[in-house]
Amino acid sequence: MDILPILSTLKRHKTAAGLIVLQIALTCAIVCNALFLIFQRIERINADTGADEQALVTFSLASMARVENPEPQTQADLAALRQVPGVASVTLTNQYPYGRSSNNSGVRLTPDTTQSSRVVASHYTTGPGFIGTMGLKLLEGRDFEANEFVPGSTLDANPDPRVPAVIINKTMAERLWPGESALGKAIYVYGNEPQRVVGVVRDLPSPNPGSEDENALNTMMFPVQPSFRGGGFMIRVAPGADREAVLKAATAKLLANSPGLRRVIRDQNTLVKLRADYYRQDRSMIQLLAGVCVGLLVVTAFGIVGLASFWVQQRTRMIGTRRALGATRGQILRYFQTENLLLSSAGIVLGMIGAYGISLLLMKNYELPRLPWIYLPIGALVLWTLGQIAVFAPARRAAALPPVAALRGG
Amino acid sequence: MLTYYLELALRAFRSHRGLTVLMLLSIAMGVAACMTTLTVFHVLSGDPIPHKSDRLFNVQLDAETRRDWKPGDEPELQLTRFDAEQLLRARRGVHQVMMTGSFIAIDPAGSGDAAQPPFFTGGRWTSADFFTMFDAPFRYGNGWTAADDGAEARVAVLSAELNDKLFGGQDSRGKTVRLRDKDFTVVGVLRPWRPAPHYFDLTLGSYAKPADVYIPLSTSLTLRFGGAGNMNCWGRSDGIDPRSLNAPCAWLQYWVQLDTPQQVADYRTYLTQYSDQQREAGRFERPANPRLTGVMAWLSQRKVVPSDIQLQVWLAFGFLAVCLTNTVGLLLAKCLRRSGEIGVRRALGAPRRQIFLQFLVEAGTLGVVGGVLGLALTWIGLWVVRQNPSDYAQLARLDWQMLATTLGVSLAASVLAGLLPAWRACQITPAIQLKTQ
Repeated sequence: MDILPILSTLKRHKTAAGLIVLQIALTCAIVCNALFLIFQRIERINADTGADEQALVTFSLASMARVENPEPQTQADLAALRQVPGVASVTLTNQYPYGRSSNNSGVRLTPDTTQSSRVVASHYTTGPGFIGTMGLKLLEGRDFEANEFVPGSTLDANPDPRVPAVIINKTMAERLWPGESALGKAIYVYGNEPQRVVGVVRDLPSPNPGSEDENALNTMMFPVQPSFRGGGFMIRVAPGADREAVLKAATAKLLANSPGLRRVIRDQNTLVKLRADYYRQDRSMIQLLAGVCVGLLVVTAFGIVGLASFWVQQRTRMIGTRRALGATRGQILRYFQTENLLLSSAGIVLGMIGAYGISLLLMKNYELPRLPWIYLPIGALVLWTLGQIAVFAPARRAAALPPVAALRGG
Repeated sequence: MLTYYLELALRAFRSHRGLTVLMLLSIAMGVAACMTTLTVFHVLSGDPIPHKSDRLFNVQLDAETRRDWKPGDEPELQLTRFDAEQLLRARRGVHQVMMTGSFIAIDPAGSGDAAQPPFFTGGRWTSADFFTMFDAPFRYGNGWTAADDGAEARVAVLSAELNDKLFGGQDSRGKTVRLRDKDFTVVGVLRPWRPAPHYFDLTLGSYAKPADVYIPLSTSLTLRFGGAGNMNCWGRSDGIDPRSLNAPCAWLQYWVQLDTPQQVADYRTYLTQYSDQQREAGRFERPANPRLTGVMAWLSQRKVVPSDIQLQVWLAFGFLAVCLTNTVGLLLAKCLRRSGEIGVRRALGAPRRQIFLQFLVEAGTLGVVGGVLGLALTWIGLWVVRQNPSDYAQLARLDWQMLATTLGVSLAASVLAGLLPAWRACQITPAIQLKTQ
């Protein structure tokens, strides 16, 4: 292959060649990082919380007048909801994944309140049936028993509340007692008496799934049932039932379930919709990154086409001479494609260095992980292909030039 | 001379249509990407109260226990009720306010409209100085007074939107608005108001819509209306109502207006003295560490602009760089294609400077036209951003500043891009060009 003549031709057009190499380098650097960011976000959006989000709907109520003892009404509400067709199970909780409410507490391993917390964990207070309703997977131990539950409103004014049990997630178990079984161990969150670990679940999602904060990775739930106004109802919809219809029926049933007390729905959602809203920003970032990648590739293709056309026009005499001396059309085509390959390769090498540099900057300023090396050959491949496709049309035009062009001049 | 260059430029565009279109698109796309992201960034990071942002300060006190303390730790972002009420009573600033956000159920039946069902909306429980301090614009009436705070008066100020919903936008002073089952008298109605970011309370979302109903904080505490935002309790807080006076819980935002640097220094001293007093009294356990943070420093410290937006701005600049390189290359190609014409002009006596200027004018014209195209694309880009249902997306609009910047950026970028080709063009020696014809 006649690489040396190509190089010597390019030397005479240093500026233009340099510009194309620079353009390809910038595009490669940006596209490599953009592709990595896109896949990172896609991974984040598809993260599994461990809960059966497809089957869950949630809503919360408030009463127009203050109710001093909300427990009887709470029990009546739960009973009424279990009658609604399509409801497989119902529970109350103070927070849920993608929800607006978030509670965190420090966890001590000794009753001494002057000691620092060992960890800060996301703090669930839930009614009976939470694990079954959410579809969580219990790895060790058991769910709470009926006699372990304490009504939340009775804790409010109690300076030494007694909560006997806690269920924690696997991450928290390993953080606090690495290598041992967490069952039976004691933590101190409420009052002077310990809460003993009775069960370990594989995942208990915090209200901020995907967050790397300590209080999102460690989660714990207590058998403290919120009242109808202190928490939200979480309903597991029976298989085959329409989520929206069940939600509508449930909210209507509860609004009519408190004669003499006006209540209003504070919010109502399916977990699927909450999840979609939660990841909205990530989705639009993905679209933007993809758009910029496509834009960059299109602009670079413009540049290659424009420059190649110009060079074809400039070298008409040279091409005509070569054809007159016996070069085939295919050889002329290959000449231009090889030239483009050389330029692209130079640009890609520079671009990879640039991509690494950009990745370091992103790591430092935006706490992103380092670019995995696999994206560099992917970027290289994309740009080689783009270059070859872009140069094809002008190269074909060059190959179609008749030998007599050498005599006619440029 | 300039009009002649313009004429030459237009003629050149017409004879190299394809190349010109490519260049225009290139410039327009690069400029549009940059300006869309810059506009969003400008809207989100702008000064929410430019004429006053150097006189408003957020107050922080380090009231927590010694238990989890490390030197250099950031103090609590909000104040406890005890501290806020003490500071408010002392009135050491020109104006001061303690407040919290909330969600409350409004019953339209109390305003005479029994047909509308009750609904939830945002509220703000605050002391009287809120409206003067943050320049809340009134359409009817005014806020309430400190005497109303003391008397726990049942007065309310409505937002424009709530007033439209309940009273059809009429002057509703003296009318009743029912929060839960308690009736309040309307004393003022605001104009449409949306400070961006919601700087005085970032706990409900940095770009959240402001509250629809404002009532005195003292009234909300007596009526046990609760609140919404961040609540941080420490130490032994079992069995204690977090909103009670002596609860070890921080949940109130506290802002103070100080007009001169001397007042700022004096207030800082006062906060340190207050912290020391509280230490002696046994309430504070940590060394005095009060903070007095101005609006812009507060927004920067709280990292209000999402990092995604910053990333987008950098991405757009990278895109503009590639578009510029593309334009330089294409301009160069166009210039060199016309070396014959340049050779003739030089032979006829045009100095290098004129050739250089001619091509700069050509690049500039490209910039202006590309800028107008880029403006149209930016407008479309911002429309796409506004379709995003997030809090701040609605604020993304082109203002005159950004419009001028768009055209400026486009012109500057293309002139910059045109420098290299223009210089190469004026280096062309007429003799060689004429020989090859």
